[in-house]
Amino acid sequence: MKTDTNARYLKSHEWARKEGEEVVIGITDYAQSTLSDIVYVELPEVGDEVTKGEAFGVVESVKAASDIYAPMSGEVTAINENLEDAPEVVNEDAFGDGWLIKIKPSDLTEWDTLLDSEAYNKVVAEEQH
Amino acid sequence: MAEPLIYELSSQGREGVKPPKLDVPVSELPGDLVRDELPLPEVSEIDVVRHFLHLSQLNYAIDKGMYPLGSCTMKYNPKVNEVAARIPGFTGIHPLQDAETVQGALFVMYELQNYLKEISGFAGVTLQPAAGAHGELVGVLIMRKYHLDRGDTKRDTILVPDSAHGTNPASTSMSGLRVVQIPSDERGNVDLDALQSQLCDRVVGLMLTNPNTLGLFEEQVVEVIEQVHSCGGLVYGDGANMNALMGIMRPGDVGIDVMHFNLHKTFSTPHGGGGPGSGPVGVAEHLVDYLPSPIVIIDEAESLEDIPFFNLYEPPKSIGPVKAFWGHFGIMLRAYTYMRMLGAEGMQAAAEHAVLNANYLLSQIKDVYPLPYDRICKHEFVVKGHLDEAPDIHALDIAKRLIDYGVHPPTNYFPLIVPEALMIEPTETESKQSLDNYASILRKIAEEAKQNPELLHTAPHNAPVRRLDEVQAARNPILRYKHE
Repeated sequence: MKTDTNARYLKSHEWARKEGEEVVIGITDYAQSTLSDIVYVELPEVGDEVTKGEAFGVVESVKAASDIYAPMSGEVTAINENLEDAPEVVNEDAFGDGWLIKIKPSDLTEWDTLLDSEAYNKVVAEEQH
Repeated sequence: MAEPLIYELSSQGREGVKPPKLDVPVSELPGDLVRDELPLPEVSEIDVVRHFLHLSQLNYAIDKGMYPLGSCTMKYNPKVNEVAARIPGFTGIHPLQDAETVQGALFVMYELQNYLKEISGFAGVTLQPAAGAHGELVGVLIMRKYHLDRGDTKRDTILVPDSAHGTNPASTSMSGLRVVQIPSDERGNVDLDALQSQLCDRVVGLMLTNPNTLGLFEEQVVEVIEQVHSCGGLVYGDGANMNALMGIMRPGDVGIDVMHFNLHKTFSTPHGGGGPGSGPVGVAEHLVDYLPSPIVIIDEAESLEDIPFFNLYEPPKSIGPVKAFWGHFGIMLRAYTYMRMLGAEGMQAAAEHAVLNANYLLSQIKDVYPLPYDRICKHEFVVKGHLDEAPDIHALDIAKRLIDYGVHPPTNYFPLIVPEALMIEPTETESKQSLDNYASILRKIAEEAKQNPELLHTAPHNAPVRRLDEVQAARNPILRYKHE
C-alpha cells in the first residue's frame, strides 16, 4: 500500500499536500483499494467553501458510495475535471493524477492537526487487523 | 442461455394484434408531437408469449427458493393476499369516486391504519408513502415542520448512526437537512458518548434503525431516545426491521416519535421487482396533525347511529399530499389480508420465528465465517465473507458461487462498518430443512474457497449469464436498444 510522506492524513482516508499557496486533497491508495473500482466522483464547484471534517464530495464504487471529508478548510480553487470521464484514475494513481480538489486554506494551523504518513500507516494497519 | 431482446426477435411485417376498424371520427394529433418513425418490434403473439415466459423463467423469486437478502425481509407472500387483492369490488373502483360509493375500500384503509397503530404504539398513521425511503422522507419532513411551526428555526441537522440503513442519510439530504454520522461502539450499539457530543439546538432528530443493520438490538435504546429528546430533538425509527419486533416491542411505547413501516417487508406484500412497495408512517400524538393528507377517518357528521361513514381527511398542519391519489391501495389490501390471516398471536409468532431462524442459521455457520459482533442476533446477522485460509476470496465471490447452488445470495458489502459483509436474513417462512440446506451450501463454499479458489473467482457457472462486469456497467451503461 502506497503512502506519500509529503502528505498529511485524516483517519477517514483523505490526504492533503501543500503545493505553493494551495493544498491538494485526495483519497488515499488504501481508500481506493478498499472501495474497489470507482465509477463516479462527485466534487464541489470552484469557489465553494469546504470545512475541515465535513463532507465535500462523494466517491462511488461498485460496492458503495462514500462521503469524502475535508482535511482542511478553505475555498476550492480547482477540481479535477478529468475524473468526470475517467474516475478510474483515482484507482490508478490516488496520490497523483487522481487528486480531487485544490483549496486555498483559510487556517494553516489545521495542517498540524493532521496525521503524518507514519501515524496514518498505523491507522491502516489497525483497520486491516 | 440468455434470452434475446424483443427487438432482436423482430421481423419486418410480422403482426401480433390486429386492432379493430376505426369506428369513431379521426382527430388529428398536434403536428409537432407526431413523429415520422416509431420502430416498435414486429412480433407475433406467440413470440411475445414465449419471450416473456422465458424471461420469467430466468427470474429468481421467493416462490423458487430461499432468498435471505439481509434488510429486505424476503418472506413468502401468501397467495391468499392475491385473492383478496383481486376481488372485483376492489379492482373495479376508481380513486376519484365519491366516498359514499367506496366505503368498503375506505373501511379497509381505516382498519389498516388502526392495526398499524396497534402494532407500533403510535397515535396516527398515514398510508400514503409509496415505499420505505419515501416514508423516511415523509417522516423527516414531518419532524422538520414540527420544529419550524414552533418557531424553532435553527434546527438543520439529522443524526444517523453508522449502523443505520443507507437510505436514512439520503432521505435527510433530500429534505434539505444536514447529516451527521454517529459511530457504533464495540458491541455494535450507538456510541452514547459520540451521540452526546453531537447533541445541540441544531438537531432536528436522530434516525434509529432497531434492530440495526448488524441485526443487533439497540441495547441502550431508551437512553438513546432520552438523550435526543433532552436536546429538543425527535427520534425517527426506521421500521424496515419491524419483522423482529412485531408483537414484541412497540416503538411508540419507548418514545420513538415517528416511524415508517415497510408493508412489502414485514407484512408480506410483493417485494423485489414484484412491488410496488408501501411505506406507511406512524407518529406519536404530538405529530398527528402533521401527517400527509389524506388519512381515512370516521366522519361523525355523515355517520348514522350504527353505520360509520368513512371519509378522507386533511390534518390541520399537514405537510401536504406526498403521493398521487391514495397510496398503493392494492398493496394495502394484501397487508390487511396478511394481518387478518395471522391475527395478533400469529404476527408475534412470526417475529419470534424470524429471530429463531436467524440465530439457528448463524449457529450453523459461525465456526466457518467470522462474526464481527458475537451477540444473539435478531431477525438477521452479518458475517464476514472473508476467510483467513482463503485470502484472495471476497464476499462477492461467495455470493456469486451461491447462485450456482440455486439459492439467492445474501446482501453483500452492507453494512459498511463490516468489511466484506454478508448480511443474512432467512425470515420466519423458511423451514429447518431449508435453513440446513443453506448452511451446508455456505460451509461447502468455504471449503471450496480454500481448495479451489478459482472456482469461486469465476462463478457463477450455472447461471444464464456468467460474472457480469459491474464496473463497465456502472461506467458505461447501455440503457436502451439502439436501432441500426
